[in-house]
Amino acid sequence: MIYKMRKIVAGICILVGFVVVLALLLQGHTIDVLQPAGIVADKQKHLIIIATLLAIIVVIPVYALTIGVAWKYRASNKKARYTPDWDHDKLIEGVWWGIPIILIGILSVITWQSSHELDPFRAIKSDKPTQKIQVVALQWKWLFIYPEEKIATVNFVHIPVDRPVDFEITADAPMNSFWIPQLGGQIYAMSGMTTHLHLQASKAGTYQGSSANISGEGFADMRFTTEAESEGDFQEWIEDAKTSKDVLDTTAYKTLAAPSRNNNKTTYVLADEKLFDTVIMKFMGHEPDAQRSFESHLHRQVMQ
Amino acid sequence: MLGKLTLDAFKHGPIVTVGQISMVLGALSVVGLLFYLKRWKWLWREWITTVDPKKIGVMYIVVALVMLLRSLSDAAMMRAQQAISVGSNHGFLSSDHFQQVFTAHGTMMIFFVAMGLMFGLINLIVPLQIGARDVAFPFLNATSFWLYAMGAVLLNLSLMVGEIGATGWLAYPPLSELAYSPGVGVDYWIWSIQIAGIGSLLSGVNFLVTILKLRRAGMTLMKMPMFVWSVLGSMVLVVVAFPILTATLAMLALDRSLGMHFFTANAGGNPMMYINLIWAWGHPEVYILILPAFGIFSEVVATFSKKRLFGYAYMVWAIIAIVFLSFVVWLHHFFTMGAGANVNAFFGIMTMVIAVPTGIKVFNWIFTMYRGRVQFTTPMLWFLSFVLTFTIGGVAGVLMAVPAIDFQVHNSLFLVAHFHNMIIGGVVFGYFAGLTYWFPKIFGFKLNERFGRYAFWCWSVGFLLAFIPLYILGMMGATRRLDHYDASLGWQGLFIVAGVGVMVILAGVGFQVLQLIVSIMQRDKNRDKTGDPWDGRTLEWSTASPVPVYNFATLDPVTERDVFWSQKQQKQAAKIQYEDIHIPRNTPIGFLIAVSALLFGFAVIWEIVWLNVVAVLCIIGLVMYRTLDDNTEYVLTAQEVKALETKGAKA
Repeated sequence: MIYKMRKIVAGICILVGFVVVLALLLQGHTIDVLQPAGIVADKQKHLIIIATLLAIIVVIPVYALTIGVAWKYRASNKKARYTPDWDHDKLIEGVWWGIPIILIGILSVITWQSSHELDPFRAIKSDKPTQKIQVVALQWKWLFIYPEEKIATVNFVHIPVDRPVDFEITADAPMNSFWIPQLGGQIYAMSGMTTHLHLQASKAGTYQGSSANISGEGFADMRFTTEAESEGDFQEWIEDAKTSKDVLDTTAYKTLAAPSRNNNKTTYVLADEKLFDTVIMKFMGHEPDAQRSFESHLHRQVMQ
Repeated sequence: MLGKLTLDAFKHGPIVTVGQISMVLGALSVVGLLFYLKRWKWLWREWITTVDPKKIGVMYIVVALVMLLRSLSDAAMMRAQQAISVGSNHGFLSSDHFQQVFTAHGTMMIFFVAMGLMFGLINLIVPLQIGARDVAFPFLNATSFWLYAMGAVLLNLSLMVGEIGATGWLAYPPLSELAYSPGVGVDYWIWSIQIAGIGSLLSGVNFLVTILKLRRAGMTLMKMPMFVWSVLGSMVLVVVAFPILTATLAMLALDRSLGMHFFTANAGGNPMMYINLIWAWGHPEVYILILPAFGIFSEVVATFSKKRLFGYAYMVWAIIAIVFLSFVVWLHHFFTMGAGANVNAFFGIMTMVIAVPTGIKVFNWIFTMYRGRVQFTTPMLWFLSFVLTFTIGGVAGVLMAVPAIDFQVHNSLFLVAHFHNMIIGGVVFGYFAGLTYWFPKIFGFKLNERFGRYAFWCWSVGFLLAFIPLYILGMMGATRRLDHYDASLGWQGLFIVAGVGVMVILAGVGFQVLQLIVSIMQRDKNRDKTGDPWDGRTLEWSTASPVPVYNFATLDPVTERDVFWSQKQQKQAAKIQYEDIHIPRNTPIGFLIAVSALLFGFAVIWEIVWLNVVAVLCIIGLVMYRTLDDNTEYVLTAQEVKALETKGAKA
């Protein structure tokens, strides 16, 4: 028995040690999803908490019953009742079909409402004007276009605090996923298509963003920073950006779109305000080379 | 002459070379051993040409365990890379190589480890549990196995000749299309799982028919053991879902090999269609794997609680509910593709609904232990650990079923932690429990319990160490599949803890290897002479261990669910009346068809046209030869059966 107690104590020590180590490792670092800085991420965090609490209503009895029952009815405990042929009880079955169904029912209502409320395509209601920013996922960097301000940036984006932002997203690359965890997330960036992500920062700060979906060799480098700043600072930054010496025209875009890694943060003056649409149209309609490549392929096969 | 295949395909970096050398050495030592022991004929007669599901089952498990070892070393490489590749340090793997490693890891674990263990156990146990002498289509069964094995060979060949894709285990286009992945890697991926997948589909048909048509007289559906029920559910899913995989892979192959545009980003192709299709197979696949594990736990808990399974009818309905629901949840793998609120909410709610029948099963297992006599053997320990870990994964799963939450954790390490939670805690622990439980039935002796317990503790503790940090990392914004990250993010410590976890799991695997060696050495001590080492309840325990080629000498009708248990209670001595037994002859055709399929795959990958033609002609020829062959069975006379049975009883 003492031997068993020792084992249990050792087990508890390991568990506590594990938690302490994790806590120490987290010192001074942000857990982005649980430390939101935007209204969408904030609502998502609350959903996480509510759903977890509802799930725990089932988890605690499962843990307690599993350990308790297994221990009480261990083979060496001859005092425990033994009913080898008892194999059903309608009341008991009813209870554990019933409780999960009720919980899932509650969760379903929450799911339905939150899916609509937090639909990434749905504009955020605000009396302030929405800031429109177009996003193009490239190999392997992020291009941000401000069509109204006629500027563009690479691997960083500035947004105003307390104003809704409409990210209009596409890709000139394999599929990526656009994610700024502290503001809320995330939606796929696909070529030939547009997706939307509506976010709103509630406090100023720098937030990390990344691509969450593998898109080739340089995918791990597809990180960007989001600078959320006050309206005044934001306008100042825009005026400043308009004076950039770099101009984003068709040639500059072609150079930029070629695969490259670890691109520096760059600011451009936007020469072609239809650039975003042009990028999408690249993937529409018939590929001029398609028929030819198919024929040449067959030709090659025959030659062999 | 050799298509795209040139000497360049053999040139690799130092790390791959180490892998190649170990693979070559492994293969050479097996070949050497066979020569030394003069076992070539034995290998050919007893194994390669066999159509006996018991032997096929053993071969499935051997291939799966070999693949498990390779795939675990991939996991260790990933953890090592992510533990050190921070800031200015870029680790020991290039981005491309790292991406190949995780692609290989995922592909092997699902298609060749989990599927292999599953079909292995099904082959070994299902015919016995339904009291049958064989499967419905023994030759097809052998063909299925060899297709699976040759798929594994083709995948491993990619390490020697060429490369494997760097696209992740489901190879989403447009990344997996020629435009972004011009190498042969994706082709290797397509053809190895295409070949193995066709094997799985044929197996699914085979066992579906076996369960529906070959049950012992009197065994109605509601008298089947729960493992058989779970396999029935799983096989229904295989038959419905695998054709989707086959078609999807075929379309991707057409895109890549013949320049078509099913899933390309341009020219009218639609990558979103691929993602829908692959998950229309992929989600049922999860249940294909987990249902048999649930079945195993049902058998294990009842046997080691010395009690009837609680709520049998509800368990059956839970399986049926899961089978149906598993086809209406696939979209939860890509809420982030932007389907719109109504669609997302529907699939989210359907996903949560699956939690109900799954939860019911857990409660019924707990109540099977209630008022029982619980013995803490290793299969039972795996079960307890399964309940505790699977529940954590279940909570994470319910969270991710809410689309608004999923947006924040999708594609992150939170997701990686979740599905490893389900697949290690559920599928792997389940199959380990099954392997330990049925090992004496197959080999005639029990596995060593002490090393089994050590392995169990290492796996359970290592699992928590390896995956709890990943849940937190995901919340910190760490996405999956990163070969490098910034030091300022503060992720390194947690990655190191996860790496330690993997080492503890590897120690567990070490104990399992030791367990096997020790058990073989001490086999005489642990021999099972009764055929019923655990005081079992179902028909497989009513015949000798190891099982004779004909499974059962006599086929007494079944009267109730735990038929063997009640026979033991009533101490019935069955009247023995021996009869002639028809047994299928061994044939190499299944093996040869699979080898031809392997050549076909290799030829497509490297665009070797003549070899393609030859391989197709071979397959057609072999199938025709087999179809026209009338002499496929032999008869074991009643006399011979009697002699074998009485000899067995004396020994």
